[in-house]
Amino acid sequence: MATLAGTAAPAASAAGPGRLTRFFRYARRNPAFGIGLIILITLVLFSTVGMLFIDLRKAPYPLGTPPSKPPSWQYPFGTDAQGRNLIAVMIVGTQLTLRVGLMAGAIGIAVGTILGFVSAYYGGFLDGVVKWIVDVMLTIPAFLILVVIASTLRNFLTVESMALIIAVLAWVGPTRMIRAQVLTLRERQFVLMARLSGMNNIEIMFKELLPNVLPYLLAGFVQSVTAAILTALGLELLGLGSQREPTLGMTIYWVQKYSAILRGLWWWWTIPVIIIVLLVVSLALISLGLDEWSNPRTRRAA
Amino acid sequence: MVEPPHTEGSVSDQLLQVRDLLVQYHTDRGVVKAVNGVSFDLQPGERLGLVGESGSGKSTMALALMRMIKAPGRVAGGQILLHGQDLLALSEEQMRKVRGAKISMVPQGAMNSLNPVARIKDQIIDTMKDHDMSMSKTQMEERAAQVLEMVDLKREVGRMYPHELSGGMKQRVCIAIAVAMRPDVIIADEPTSALDVVVQRQVMETFGKLQDLMGVAIILIGHDMGLMAQFVDRLAVMYAGQFADLSPIRETFSEPLHPYTQMLINSLPSLDVKGELKGITGLPPSLLKLPSGCVFHPRCPSVMERCTKQVPMYQEVRPQRWVACHLYDEVKP
Amino acid sequence: MTPIMELRNVTKVYGSSGLLAKKGTAALKSMNLALEADDPSILAVVGESGSGKSTLASLILGFISATEGEVLYNGKDVKRLSNAERQVYRREVQAIFQDPFAVYNPFYRVDHVLNVPLSKFKLARTKAEAQRMMEEALSAVGLRPEETLGRYPHQLSGGQRQRIVVARALMLKPKLIIADEPVSMVDASLRATILESLRTLNKDLRIPVVYITHDLATAYHVSDQIVVLFRGEVVESGETETVIKNPQHSYTKLLIDSIPWPDPERRWGQTKEEFEQELHSVARQATASGSRWMPE
Repeated sequence: MATLAGTAAPAASAAGPGRLTRFFRYARRNPAFGIGLIILITLVLFSTVGMLFIDLRKAPYPLGTPPSKPPSWQYPFGTDAQGRNLIAVMIVGTQLTLRVGLMAGAIGIAVGTILGFVSAYYGGFLDGVVKWIVDVMLTIPAFLILVVIASTLRNFLTVESMALIIAVLAWVGPTRMIRAQVLTLRERQFVLMARLSGMNNIEIMFKELLPNVLPYLLAGFVQSVTAAILTALGLELLGLGSQREPTLGMTIYWVQKYSAILRGLWWWWTIPVIIIVLLVVSLALISLGLDEWSNPRTRRAA
Repeated sequence: MVEPPHTEGSVSDQLLQVRDLLVQYHTDRGVVKAVNGVSFDLQPGERLGLVGESGSGKSTMALALMRMIKAPGRVAGGQILLHGQDLLALSEEQMRKVRGAKISMVPQGAMNSLNPVARIKDQIIDTMKDHDMSMSKTQMEERAAQVLEMVDLKREVGRMYPHELSGGMKQRVCIAIAVAMRPDVIIADEPTSALDVVVQRQVMETFGKLQDLMGVAIILIGHDMGLMAQFVDRLAVMYAGQFADLSPIRETFSEPLHPYTQMLINSLPSLDVKGELKGITGLPPSLLKLPSGCVFHPRCPSVMERCTKQVPMYQEVRPQRWVACHLYDEVKP
Repeated sequence: MTPIMELRNVTKVYGSSGLLAKKGTAALKSMNLALEADDPSILAVVGESGSGKSTLASLILGFISATEGEVLYNGKDVKRLSNAERQVYRREVQAIFQDPFAVYNPFYRVDHVLNVPLSKFKLARTKAEAQRMMEEALSAVGLRPEETLGRYPHQLSGGQRQRIVVARALMLKPKLIIADEPVSMVDASLRATILESLRTLNKDLRIPVVYITHDLATAYHVSDQIVVLFRGEVVESGETETVIKNPQHSYTKLLIDSIPWPDPERRWGQTKEEFEQELHSVARQATASGSRWMPE
């Protein structure tokens, strides 16, 4: 054989670019994903760097500062009617809201991955049960259930317990998505090849199937986090959040409760709304980008 | 430049004339010359076969004839004359009227890309609507039923959905869609590669019947020499984006001229001699970087010094027999 | 001498084990088959899609279990193998599949399909030994290790990918090879090369091969014995030469007549009408017949 294969890459780049390189190249080609990532990183930086400059024990809590001050050099985002320094509230609130989302999303995706894999790979009775529960969970109004749980536990709510409550339902979507992926993957011939190569079921799931699900896991994780954040914000708007912690949602709740709009305290509501919108939009853009990345049909040709 | 090939009869007799067709794909790694200077004629009602390895450019050429090459690919040169009219010079709007109505195609894997949620007859009617708005609904229904019968399916199949049909039936539906506008040329790209031998034969016989009925010319693309031997009048052998050989089918088999064609035929199993199977060594060249001289020289058993330097002319070395090979330089008339 | 692989009265019914007791369809009916290791031959299993030939392959490879009857490996029921015995069976019965792309996990480089069995079956003691074994096997099927190892499947041609699978089978020194339509998705130019390597595995390494195909022409060339399957049942079997040259059953005749001969002088066997009548009568016979359908 004197020549290279028709479709083969030249020997110099035999291995091809690494997965990470390809991922970043993709981020550059897909502007929605890139913009989403930039906004999110900016928010995270705002929150983490900001923590270094504020008095964490006092500033974001009531009576920390003089009440109802418009934005000034001293209080860049102003203060609210109860005397919270709003820039401190935003710094801490962004972080707390993200934390709720990450925790609930991580639990959701972890449970979803395990259930989805075991259910789809082994099939049979177990799969029937999992599929049934998921179908039932998808038909009941999840948010209402959370409202009931949260209002029962209202006085004990912390950021962590919020995350756990939301996680009660956060696994349903991921389970369904991963189950569907594994169902098609396990029929692929490379699974047969792996069995002929002496791999057992656990090895096949981890080494053959899991890597192919990774893009979906990543996209599913971002979706879960987004959903969890939206759920947390929704509950908090109703006042069903941690009464003590200055989360983004609770800030809006206080805005309603103290009629900030009528009283002309515009900075009290505009700034948290902008931050919430930025956060949700950035996550949605990232999720959109990842979805395109993990779905070969919508993925543009390399 | 290659001289335009002439078969018998004057130029105006030809249904389709392709001259120096060039199709290129612009990729990060360079320009892929998928079709690299192909010329041939097709007469009305003729059956032309086109064989080649995967990556030899045969499917790309089919798409180019339909003007369906998508970016990053483009037709970089040449002419495609249908009834003397250059398809490459038409506007996209004009081409839309020609596509399907004059020149039609059964794409590779078409049977698996039927719309799963639409009834068969609606999928046929949709194609008709694209071209001819003058027909009434009943006329179109009637025409859909007619074309189904033409491909040996019952009219009732029109009311069915793709999942209710077998592979052979689905492939016939695709053929029905392709002939619904009574085109002059059908290009069939590997129409039977996913089918069993028995069904494969039925599908090919459907093509044969259509041809008797409508006088349509057929370009059959594939890699099965047996199917070609059974079906086509002339066979073109494609290699690395070029025609290596174009001959009447009987002569291709009785006396193959191009060394590649010879090797293809020698590698075929036959029921007469049970013995060694001869493979073709080597791999087709990368279309990004074609070998110097004759593109086949790295694999050619009869390679000469000239082959590595000089591109052989694609020429008619015997009546009706076109070859691009230095072995036949001397016999040039 | 016990046959290396034996099917005793094997029936496989799909879709029967539901809670609602749906009526299943039998993909394979009362199949009997014995493969000898001491006189290794190539057995062709021929039939259309739906004839049960792929079910047969899956049963032999242990991917599915029989609804009735026994699949015996070296005289032992494959359902009742101990873990150690099962691992031996896994190594010794290997396969070459139809689709030379689907057998590769797109996440890994092609080395994966060679590496994994070497480590799982503990065939190589060191990394260097594994590397040497892989390179030897690739060279044996006419591939250059430096042009294939380290690549991703999509970077290789279909022919290269299929030859790596053949190299894998070669490297594992199996006792039985199931080749399930190994050339139907490969270019004509490579078909002969791959079939030739099957013959090498059989004649030189003395490994019995089951060649599953719908193409009687290649079956004739490669095999010593042939079994013709139709709707899950054996309709004809015997020496390849005899069966092909003098077919007894009308279905075998139909298959032979359907071969597109690579010879323009030799047209498809029958006219279309005869052929369709034939097809209908074959189908009628099959539905009318009971469990066993004897050749005419």
